[in-house]
Amino acid sequence: MRGAAALAAAGLAAALPWLLAALGLDFYLSLANRILVAAIAATSLNLVLGYGGLVSLGHAAFVGLGGYATGILVSEGVTNGWLHLAATLAVAGLAALVIGAISLRTRGVYFIMITLAFAQMLFYLANSIKGYGGDEGLIIRARSVFALGALALDLKNPTVCYEVALAVLAVTLYALARFVPSRFGRAVLAIRDDDLRAEALGFPTYRLKLVLFVVAGLLAGIAGALGANQQGYVGPNTLHWTQSGTFMVMVILGGVATVWGGVAGAVVLLLLQEVLGAWTEYWAFWTGWVLLAVVLFARRGLVGLFERRGRVAGPPAVDAARPAEQAP
Amino acid sequence: MPSLLVVEQALNGLQFGLMLFLLAAGLTLVFGVMDMINLAHGSLYMVGAFLAAWLVGLTGSFTLGVVGAVALTFAFGMALEAGLLRTLYARDHLSQVLATFALILILNDGTRMVFGNDLPLSAPAALAGPVELLPGLQYPAYRLLILGVGLALAVLLWLLVQKTRLGALVRAGASNRTMATAMGVDIPRLFTLVFGIGAALCAVAGAFLGPLLAVQVGMGENILILAFVVIVIGGIGSIRGALVGAILVGCIDTLGRTGLQHMFRAFLPPQWASAAGPAVASIAVYVFMAVVLAFRPQGLFPARG
Repeated sequence: MRGAAALAAAGLAAALPWLLAALGLDFYLSLANRILVAAIAATSLNLVLGYGGLVSLGHAAFVGLGGYATGILVSEGVTNGWLHLAATLAVAGLAALVIGAISLRTRGVYFIMITLAFAQMLFYLANSIKGYGGDEGLIIRARSVFALGALALDLKNPTVCYEVALAVLAVTLYALARFVPSRFGRAVLAIRDDDLRAEALGFPTYRLKLVLFVVAGLLAGIAGALGANQQGYVGPNTLHWTQSGTFMVMVILGGVATVWGGVAGAVVLLLLQEVLGAWTEYWAFWTGWVLLAVVLFARRGLVGLFERRGRVAGPPAVDAARPAEQAP
Repeated sequence: MPSLLVVEQALNGLQFGLMLFLLAAGLTLVFGVMDMINLAHGSLYMVGAFLAAWLVGLTGSFTLGVVGAVALTFAFGMALEAGLLRTLYARDHLSQVLATFALILILNDGTRMVFGNDLPLSAPAALAGPVELLPGLQYPAYRLLILGVGLALAVLLWLLVQKTRLGALVRAGASNRTMATAMGVDIPRLFTLVFGIGAALCAVAGAFLGPLLAVQVGMGENILILAFVVIVIGGIGSIRGALVGAILVGCIDTLGRTGLQHMFRAFLPPQWASAAGPAVASIAVYVFMAVVLAFRPQGLFPARG
């Protein structure tokens, strides 16, 4: 029964571009695209923040790097999507490796601040690259084209862009659901809940956290590359700390350490923006009140409202990650 | 770089650092004592600046406007603490991030509703001209006023924290909150007051920086991150650390901007140099923080002993 419902939902999601076209609501396809990209980015953040207990406030940096990797290649005349993907993975992965290797030596509040610091450095770097838009950002005139045998998937077509993003999200969610009960997943949860104990049990805690951080960075980079294709633009603001904050808000809103948390948060936040934005220019004002209500009354996030007790991996043990001398 | 320019830029750096200190002082106490991440601290700076611009326009007097804005922001900060932030102290950092991020959205758009996207605020006319500090060194009188106000407030705050009963209670709370409560300190009430003072200092910084930067919605977001960098460098919870960190960050940022530009001009085309200078200076602030954390993970002046 559950399987059938899930299959129907997946079919509906895949058919959405044609449904919207049939209803004359093509305009909403770009909203659906934005939601998918944000959902992938938020899910990747949930991996480090929720499952890893590592509160990174610099996640937008990897999204931005993915966007710039694609955008710069396009403006140099390269439209081969596979090259874009390779460049995105190389840049985002390398950045995540370096930033993670340094940041993971700190903990608690200092981890938050140092990830933020690295993201700000990249933000200012993006501002200064005059050759690629500088502070005005980079307009991307062509799109990634993925050659699959005789088939060429050009992301310039919003429907193709949507289906590709949907496929990436589906694979991500499937992998995340498989990750949680896996050996790696259980080790990560053990480190999150008590890293000293996990280390005493023989887990290479630093290396596992670094792998988790890099995987999340790679996924965020892919989200950024998709976002750049979908918007035809990437700019310094893609890396700004308020963007990192927005992804974090999506994760907390949807549900920390839940498979669907990032998706739920992205859907709700962007739909709120859209609905409130149609009604008032002060949509952020009312969104703020909704978020406050969630903090005060739905402590486990939106997914938490629907999940049965004991089925989720539990709230993040952020407190356990603080240095002992900071505990009250 | 000519030496007079260095002196001028050093003064600018000191002035920016002192204003950063006003922001960081409240932030470091809330962070250090209540272990609370308040992303909305920059919004108090914005609210203070808007109130100042509005009151200056209304009364026609810069002094009256600033005093009124500081008083109103003080009251607003205390109401915010008692009404909302207090309930967040016991929650985890993630809830605090979500709630205070929501507050940024509310306060940004709320300000836009009431005052519009920006307000004009100019320095008092009497201080519009320059003053000759050294032969050949002209320095704007208004910037000297900021320097004076910043120094005076830093001294006042130091006296308040080091020499008064209130300050002793705050220091006790910062060093060990549980023990201070056990000794009979009413930490919640004390903190409503401390938060109000922090908000008032934000308003001072907002009002005085307003004519130099711009009074606009969103002005708090970038400076908030610098204030966080300051308190991490100085040691979370330490007022002295916040002062030292703020002046270091202010000088690195300001001197870096012009100094590096001069340096880059030697080997880069001018338009590249003028873009790279500020970017590298901004990055230098974060590199400095990373280096401090690498050698002194608790910051320069750890508050907890």
